[in-house]
Amino acid sequence: MNEASGKGLHLDRVVIGLAGRELLALDRSIAPGKVLTVMGPSGSGKSTLLAFLAGFLDPAFTATGRVLVDGEDVTDLPAQERHMGLLFQDPLLFPHLSVGGNLLFGLDPALPGRHARRKAVEAALAEVGMEGFFDRDPATLSGGQKARIALLRTLLSRPRALLLDEPFSKLDAGMKDQVRALVFAEAAKRELPVLLVTHDPLDAEAAGGPLVDLAAGKAT
Amino acid sequence: MGAPLRSRAIAGSEGAATRRGGSRLVLFPAAIFALLVGPVAAGLLGAALPAFGYLPVIGAERLSLAPFEALFAMPGIWRSSLISLAAGLGTTFVAFLIVAAFIAGWHGTRLFRRLARLVSPLLAVPHAAAAFGLAFLIAPSGLLLRAVSPWPSGFERPPDWLIVHDTAGLAMMAGLIVKEIPFLFLMALAALPQAEAVPRLKAARALGYGRMAGFAFAVLPALYRQLRLPVFAVIAYASSVVDVALILGPTLPAPLAVRILEWQADPDLSLRSVAAAGALLQLAVTGAAILLWLALERLLAGLAMAAMAAGWRFRADEPLRCLAAAAMGLAVFLVLAGIAALALWSVAGLWTFPNLLPAGFTLSAWSRLGEALAVPLANALLIAALSSALAVALALGALEYEVRAGVTPTVRALVALYLPLLVPQIAFLFGLDILFIALRLDGRLVAVVLSHLVFVFPYVLLSLADPWRAFDPRYRQMATGLGRSADAFFWRVRLPMLARPVLTAAAIGFAVSIALYLPTILIGAGRWPTVTTEAVALSAGGDPRAIGATALLQALLPFIGFALAGLLPALLFRRRAAMRAVA
Repeated sequence: MNEASGKGLHLDRVVIGLAGRELLALDRSIAPGKVLTVMGPSGSGKSTLLAFLAGFLDPAFTATGRVLVDGEDVTDLPAQERHMGLLFQDPLLFPHLSVGGNLLFGLDPALPGRHARRKAVEAALAEVGMEGFFDRDPATLSGGQKARIALLRTLLSRPRALLLDEPFSKLDAGMKDQVRALVFAEAAKRELPVLLVTHDPLDAEAAGGPLVDLAAGKAT
Repeated sequence: MGAPLRSRAIAGSEGAATRRGGSRLVLFPAAIFALLVGPVAAGLLGAALPAFGYLPVIGAERLSLAPFEALFAMPGIWRSSLISLAAGLGTTFVAFLIVAAFIAGWHGTRLFRRLARLVSPLLAVPHAAAAFGLAFLIAPSGLLLRAVSPWPSGFERPPDWLIVHDTAGLAMMAGLIVKEIPFLFLMALAALPQAEAVPRLKAARALGYGRMAGFAFAVLPALYRQLRLPVFAVIAYASSVVDVALILGPTLPAPLAVRILEWQADPDLSLRSVAAAGALLQLAVTGAAILLWLALERLLAGLAMAAMAAGWRFRADEPLRCLAAAAMGLAVFLVLAGIAALALWSVAGLWTFPNLLPAGFTLSAWSRLGEALAVPLANALLIAALSSALAVALALGALEYEVRAGVTPTVRALVALYLPLLVPQIAFLFGLDILFIALRLDGRLVAVVLSHLVFVFPYVLLSLADPWRAFDPRYRQMATGLGRSADAFFWRVRLPMLARPVLTAAAIGFAVSIALYLPTILIGAGRWPTVTTEAVALSAGGDPRAIGATALLQALLPFIGFALAGLLPALLFRRRAAMRAVA
């Protein structure tokens, strides 16, 4: 089970506790392009798990175990050097920047040159069917469009894994399927391991991967 | 004006991984602590030494109680102290009563919202301008008496009444009350959501309590807890005010703080040590006022408990509600009408009693003063711009540190923040001046700006803290996940997104600095005249046109700051709908 040296995201005997009480324990691997779904009621520590993986764990919590990405131990790396792409319930687009400005903020700085960077962003917009949206005000987008821009912003930063914190829960039913499909397709295409935290069984079903239920305290 | 600092856990603090980023920023809270506590401590020490006989400038180097003996031998010293004590307690009690009664009687109504909108800008009106405006209204030759003369009052000439500068200090208290009402009201508005006003009031009224009683029993205790420090600040201010006292206050004897300033400015240097002893007496007077207030708190809380235990519901509170609205409305009216009176006088030609309007209008006062006011205007703008910019920079650093290091503000930090507002200005500015003289800094711009900063910074931080702490921490987490550093996030996301509250905080700091009288005149050693010091200086003269023009200019300056703070984001983000909506 524990292929620490292999590709993907590895949670190596991760145990998170609060005030001496064990909150959750997880020992799992997520292969590139695959999705691990973590379910559980609020308070079960779902978001705490994501915070630990992304590097934001509140000092009130204690955590043991290692986090490895493609064999590299990132447990002690500062958050901005882990390259864990996060998506939340809300798209959290920056309201003071244009759509293009939001994407440029995300775009991997390894790509130099103003012109080249704009080109890359415009190409990415075209890929999700939003050609010509570069100068748009994010406030004028529909819910589904905002979700796509949020996904794009994360993907452009070349993350090594995706951490999803109920990213579909606020979308209306029709949009939900579409965005969900897009996220999983992009992750598969880029061979990104995905950890999805949700309480919607339909999310888990659509993800198609293994499921961990924190409430039941056991994996299925 | 923001709500008082609260101990609020910061959601999703960013933990060990980014702790490194916080380490440089730790300098900010340290600098601020030094900035707030340092001058107060140094200033009090600087007053204590000469007060006990140590003042090498005049050859006094032996400890003695002579300064205190000289102080207590001053004519009318006890009366001066008593006036200061009464002004501190009376102002605060009346202003608090009106604010509390108005909120109790009208919270949630349309009248409440309308008046709230009207009151907010009044906070920016400097005390001196409001005091002059009030004087122009209530003086025997003032607009109020003109309105009823010669009919029905029967006066053909102004009666010989001592209204302004009355010996009991009632006019001074009135001037303070109309200015402290907006302050306490806005502080209360900011605290109301935390006091769960709406649900608690509903519950109380469902139990059959009248509107005001329900508020007093169910909401006020929680609200008052958060208003306590602002209330103490009002006591400290009113019991030691100088500019309003010079404009409206009694003269024979004057309130204690005014007399200290006179002794300090006296060419006879031996009076310096008397002034120092007076500064300590002022500290005691303000302290006594706060202690008496604490006793009053107990008494009122006990009475309320007794009334509640007796089961009183006070359902018929309609007359009281109307009274509260009338009092609030009168306070707002007096400030607004006062400013109108300033404007009228500044362009008045011949204006004899009892005419309600001048016979003609002229710009002669403005053109006469134009040149004389150029330097004071430039000084005021320079000092206000520098001190508010510095205050904003320090506040941003401190708040960013707080977020990055995941620390919550402590009670100690809260008291330090309020310290310069709780200690009477004259008590520590006097000693601080002695210190600056020793460092050869008195009269320098840097010293004046620093002394302004002490008073500007608390208001800036109070106004900025809530929007800063309310900022969604997920933005930062998401940006960090994108591989962006904390600094990049600060400059490119957090600061622009919070541009509006940052600029509002700067405008508040600007307004505070414009209105400051004592630090400008004491630390500036008279070398940095501002519109405020010029206006107050005119109060001795009795040229109403010059007073009208100068005080009106003083009253308008703060609004330039607020106008810019509103305009700039609207311009910068004119194509971003969400930025216009974000307050």
